[in-house]
Amino acid sequence: MVSIKINGNLYNVPADYTILKAAEENGIDIPTLCYEEGLTITGACRMCVVEVKGARKLLAACATPVTDGMEVQTESERVVSARRDILRLLIANHDLRCLTCERNGDCRLQDYCYRYQVEDTPYKGAKKEYPIDTDNHFFIRDYSKCIKCGKCVLICAEVNGAHVYDFMERGFDTKVTSAFDDNLQETTCTACGMCVNVCPVGALVEKSVLWQGRPWEVKKVTTTCGYCGVGCQLKLKVKDDRIIGVAAAKSGSNLGHLCAKGQFGWEYVQSNDRLTDPLIKRNGVFEKVSWDEALTYVANRLKAIWQEHGGQAFAGLTSAKCTNEENYLFQKFMRTILKTNNVDHCARL
Amino acid sequence: MKGILVCGGTGCISNNSRLVHDAIEKELSQQGLEAEFELKYTGCHGFCEMGPLVLITPEEEFYCRVKPEDVPNLIDSLKQGKVYEELLYVDPTTKEKIKTRHDVPFYQKQQRLVLKNCGIIDPENIDDYINSGGYKSLHKVLTTMQPEEVIQEIKASGLRGRGGGGFPTGIKWEFARKSTADKKYIICNADEGDPGAFMDRSISEGDPHAVLEGMLIGGYAIGAWEGYIYIRAEYPLAVKRLSIAIEQAEAKGYLGQNILGSDFSFSIKIKQGAGAFVCGEETALMESIQGNRGMPRPRPPYPAVKGLWDRPTNINNVETFANVPVIIGMGSEQYSQIGTEKSKGTKIFALTGKLNNTGLAEVPMGITLREIVFDIGGGISGGKKFKAVQIGGPSGGCLTEEHLDLPIDYDSLLEAGAMMGSGGLVVMDESTCMVELARFFLSFTRHESCGKCTPCREGNTRLLEILQRIVDGKGEKEDLERLQSLGENIIMSSICGLGQTAPNPILSTLKFFRHEYELHVEKKICPAGVCKGMISYKIIEEKCKACGICKKNCPVEAIAGEKKQPHKIDPAKCAQCGVCMEKCPFEAIIRG
Amino acid sequence: MNELLNTEVIFLIGANTTEAHPVTGYRIKQAVRNGRKLIVADPRKIELAKYADIWLRQRPGTDIALINGLAHVILRDDLWDRKFVADRSEGFDEWREIVEQYNPKRVEQITGVKAELLEEAARMFGQAERASIVYAMGITQHISGTQNVLSLANLAILTGNVGKEGAGVYPLRGQNNVQGACDMGGLPNYYPGYQLVESEESREKFAKFWGVELPEKVGLTVTDMMDAAYAGEIKAMYIMGENPVLSDPDANHVIEALKNLDFLVVQDIFMTETAELAEVVLPGASFAEKTGTFTNTERRIQRVRQAISLRGNSKPDSEIIVALANKMGHAWSYPRGPVEIMEEIARCTPSYAGISFDRLETRGIQWPCPSPDHPGTPFLHKDTFTRGKGKFHAVHYMPAAEEPDEEYPLLLTTGRNLYQFHTGSMSRRSKLERMRPEELMMIHPNTAREYKLKDKDYVQVESRRGEVQTKIQVTDHIPPGMVFLTFHYKETPTNRLTINATDPVSNIPELKICGVRIKKIKPSLISK
Ligand SMILES: Cc1cc2nc3c(=O)[nH]c(=O)nc-3n(C[C@H](O)[C@H](O)[C@H](O)COP(=O)(O)O)c2cc1C
Ligand code: SF4
Ligand code: SF4
Ligand code: SF4
Ligand code: FES
Repeated sequence: MVSIKINGNLYNVPADYTILKAAEENGIDIPTLCYEEGLTITGACRMCVVEVKGARKLLAACATPVTDGMEVQTESERVVSARRDILRLLIANHDLRCLTCERNGDCRLQDYCYRYQVEDTPYKGAKKEYPIDTDNHFFIRDYSKCIKCGKCVLICAEVNGAHVYDFMERGFDTKVTSAFDDNLQETTCTACGMCVNVCPVGALVEKSVLWQGRPWEVKKVTTTCGYCGVGCQLKLKVKDDRIIGVAAAKSGSNLGHLCAKGQFGWEYVQSNDRLTDPLIKRNGVFEKVSWDEALTYVANRLKAIWQEHGGQAFAGLTSAKCTNEENYLFQKFMRTILKTNNVDHCARL
Repeated sequence: MKGILVCGGTGCISNNSRLVHDAIEKELSQQGLEAEFELKYTGCHGFCEMGPLVLITPEEEFYCRVKPEDVPNLIDSLKQGKVYEELLYVDPTTKEKIKTRHDVPFYQKQQRLVLKNCGIIDPENIDDYINSGGYKSLHKVLTTMQPEEVIQEIKASGLRGRGGGGFPTGIKWEFARKSTADKKYIICNADEGDPGAFMDRSISEGDPHAVLEGMLIGGYAIGAWEGYIYIRAEYPLAVKRLSIAIEQAEAKGYLGQNILGSDFSFSIKIKQGAGAFVCGEETALMESIQGNRGMPRPRPPYPAVKGLWDRPTNINNVETFANVPVIIGMGSEQYSQIGTEKSKGTKIFALTGKLNNTGLAEVPMGITLREIVFDIGGGISGGKKFKAVQIGGPSGGCLTEEHLDLPIDYDSLLEAGAMMGSGGLVVMDESTCMVELARFFLSFTRHESCGKCTPCREGNTRLLEILQRIVDGKGEKEDLERLQSLGENIIMSSICGLGQTAPNPILSTLKFFRHEYELHVEKKICPAGVCKGMISYKIIEEKCKACGICKKNCPVEAIAGEKKQPHKIDPAKCAQCGVCMEKCPFEAIIRG
Repeated sequence: MNELLNTEVIFLIGANTTEAHPVTGYRIKQAVRNGRKLIVADPRKIELAKYADIWLRQRPGTDIALINGLAHVILRDDLWDRKFVADRSEGFDEWREIVEQYNPKRVEQITGVKAELLEEAARMFGQAERASIVYAMGITQHISGTQNVLSLANLAILTGNVGKEGAGVYPLRGQNNVQGACDMGGLPNYYPGYQLVESEESREKFAKFWGVELPEKVGLTVTDMMDAAYAGEIKAMYIMGENPVLSDPDANHVIEALKNLDFLVVQDIFMTETAELAEVVLPGASFAEKTGTFTNTERRIQRVRQAISLRGNSKPDSEIIVALANKMGHAWSYPRGPVEIMEEIARCTPSYAGISFDRLETRGIQWPCPSPDHPGTPFLHKDTFTRGKGKFHAVHYMPAAEEPDEEYPLLLTTGRNLYQFHTGSMSRRSKLERMRPEELMMIHPNTAREYKLKDKDYVQVESRRGEVQTKIQVTDHIPPGMVFLTFHYKETPTNRLTINATDPVSNIPELKICGVRIKKIKPSLISK
């Protein structure tokens, strides 16, 4: 443990902490754009700079380890001045059509501009503009909004291992994109969507949310992915009783990471093929019936067979896709009502 | 036996020194003089503008601008033991002919410690290096010193990094020594990206073994057995001579396993860089060696803890390494006599700009700017007035007349708002516009920003845009304040030295030449008469007779006007060529 | 799964993690990037083989020989954990006798893995302080599946890689709630919490708990059910959320069996191939429309939350079951819904005793969680094994039920791809479909050449049980003589080919190996 002073208050924190972590744990909010837990710390955006006594320059809180006796100011005049300039520089080179941006209201760039009262930028000049890339099935890439935080590059390389993106060109011309600026289908992209989920601005946006609702109108429901046994946590984005997309949830052991299925495989839920009514097959054709009719019919059939053949004539398959509660009830039904242990599921598949 | 040393540095080579060398060789053989003269093709003397240079040893007769045609006469004189007057250096002020190199003003105040072999030995011949005392320091270190003692010696010498930062080399080595790992590395930084600077090139070309020897001693001191020289691909001759040096050193057992019979082993690889300026920054350089995009990484962790391939790494500049054998050779005590209290030894500067003498000069720390400019540099060319120097390369700062007597060292420069940098020194005379100068330097750094961090990537572009606006005569009142505050914020918040220094030329010119900026912005006047955007042409209505001559002559159709109507110049279209004013028969056009 | 980041060596066998369990795949790649060692044993050149320090390309179905071979070298070179074996295991001597027969040369003959490579892998695994074993259906879907798993357990016990952080055996489950379905007693021989049907004590406990008489006889497994239905012994089936027509082996047999029933009721969210055969179809709810819990492959119980309202007149499956129970004359009532059901589960399932919805609000909990104040159990077998001591099981290699022969010369193995899932009823109704809209049977270039096939040609694949048509992909991803199909596509119902030979203990079918033959066909013969 080391002891450090942040904004005049003394804190004891583990020696391997960064200033950012030390501040975070003690309820001091330092703004960040390029920092993402679990990814390499690049210190690129400089939003998190703080003043450290004795240092000639401002230091990036995300990248600087604490040292014993360190004295840190997180909102000093110099710090705020630097942050304001960083924001003004970012918005000077940013497509500012916030009115219709899908991230409007859910955008770190906006949030920090508000926090530091950056209403506009004095730096009017060249602006990088790129056509929006809509070529892949799942998300758009609108690089006129990219702030070059590099998080997409890192998550794709360091978590997925797909290495789709990198920085291209230099200086002001820098662009973060796929090799040769290729359409993602031509790359090693596995459509995991993690880049979309880490993007702090509106540069990478799921196609499914486009024009579907403002972020504050969208409800996010944390739940467990319905596909494989890893059981990733995710948030379903819901607007007007419809799922429109998926956001990362950090509460599970997937740490917010998802694969193509969890991220983009939810549309079946709202498919027109969904069964909406009980059906009884009569003369080889299914007919819609009421629940009462269907259940009475099933109960009667089951009772009749039970009367004639007893429990051993029944078998049931419960489901590895259903909840624990449903599985529990199903086997209870088979065992206590149909009186058979012939219950199994495709566990092994 | 006399030596005839023909300069084979890049500057002289481009002035055809090879032909001179070959002509001498031919002449000697035709005349059967091979036994009397030893002909060598050497490294650079630093006085390239006078090249091709030929030096005669041991007298140090110094011949300038030697052409192949001169060779027969030259050899004839030498044969007779006479001086060949025609090719001697002529002092531009006194018009006197000067016979020996050390009497040439350019060399008089120099102290050639690191460059002592440059121009003297044949860099492609290891024996020449050994005969002039080379590898003695390595021998001494391996046979009589513990690594800790070597570090102690370097610390005591007061040597500071010559690559720009000026960090004490011994302390850096100590950090690397103290890091434990399965492997450590030594890197020699020969990226030399500052435009105009060529000291590292000269050392590598003229005395490559000195660099290797410095690296070897460094490797021994920190416990590394692998080294890299990261050198720009634009330095083919340096690459070639370093490669030859490595081969020869390996053949002689100075590199490889169990060097000089000790249990120290060391190997050196050359890695060529693609020429991005930022790749000279140590962490970007290591990324580049690792095959990644050359972008700086945050420090800490410092290279001494986690450098190349995450192993402890010591990285030094070429000139720094070349100092090491010198220090071990003369001992730290003697070495530390040279220089100022906190900056020891010498520094090589690349003098350019409006000087009579330009070139590479090695001077003791603490020398004054005046001595450099007026003694070594021979004063301002064309008899103009001294205005300022830009010191420390494109991201250094400027110094003015009031600094002429400042003893130059790392700390005095920083204090004055400039920096040592790699040692670029550009001299400006009264005809230089300081705003345009700042714009020029910034256009370089802006272009070289790697694009990783926001302040440098975006900010330098905005600074440049503002400066461009000012020199175009479109500056706004708030612009000076914007330059100042944005510049400061870029310096304060960028990741690496590039961004942290890029605004320096602006801030220091703003500080010392603020009135020039103000004139540009407020009055749209460029006092040096350099900025095109400042000059505007106007037609005085009363005087205009509507003859139409101006309109006819304007090459960009900026002038409009009907018959009998006073004509008008559209300033947006005007290219400021001045033809209209010249042609107007009624002197109705003025420049303002 | 994040423990994989802290292990030294990962031994991955029979799991194509990056496609079937991608997020676990990320962890393995991250571990490798952080300098951890990876040994991959797989006949296919799976993506992780490229990340591996050592890739053992064993012949399909020879896993036990391979694993015994590893154990052999570890014993021989004295790399095993003597103390752990002495203190915590039993059956060592008997097992050792068997393993001694698996010298590297012999293993090479059986598996095709070079003796030197095997030794290298064994040393890498044996020398590690902390090593982990990760496996999936490539290990279990064999007639020797249980034996395969046991031999992996042997390896873990031998090297002391049990019950400590950064070490252990990690089985990866296929579907999201396989673990939960098993935990809840969705098995013919277990009540909830793996309490044996055969045990009188358990039976009495549950009879009392549920307030009814319970049948004594252990039930039938899926494959046995199908046989019994085929034979007319089973008259009625209730199938909830499963599609055995596509997912189970020997599909033609499954269809016949289901058709032979007097009564079939299927509860699902789609009109699946199985539902088509039903007399009554009941519309259930998807995971987005209901509340409850899933238990993942790490035994972590996590919440499922309702995000949207029910589609049409569909109902959550739990409500359907309760309603049906009531129609059958049993007054079941859970007015507070799944919360209340979980309370009942907690009362009868010791490993879930401490679980309640409240506790799962922010994070999941790993069972066993015996009481409401218990934090859950990240590592099983930490101090003792469930059954006291870890038992070495002497297992021998045995050949697959149906190896390729003259008539059916190619070896078919089955699995999944990244963009589709299971029988495709979900993934194929999403944009993922566009990534992989059709089956592509993988075939090695040499084999393709033998059959004069080019990439994207169409073939008919035939086994003793049926035939399917598919497009092909020529790739060295799989070895010569082998072909690979998924079971995602109803146009190519792969399980018409597979064999329903099952592991005698687990009853898991041998989906990974059977013999097939192929012939080229025109594209028009395949329809979507
Ligand atoms: C943008 C930038 C460019 C640099 N270029 C060079 C260079 O070309 N050569 C060099 O030796 N050091 C260069 N440096 C300094 C190196 O980062 C490093 O400090 C130096 O190599 C250390 O050696 P020294 O201690 O011997 O000076 C550069 C630094 C920055 C920020
Ligand atoms: S979707 Fe996933 S794989 Fe594709 S570019 Fe984004 S992070 Fe990389
Ligand atoms: S696309 Fe988004 S995540 Fe990627 S660099 Fe740009 S802003 Fe950052
Ligand atoms: S300061 Fe400039 S060169 Fe250095 S990291 Fe930032 S963008 Fe790159
Ligand atoms: S968050 Fe620290 S530099 Fe970006």
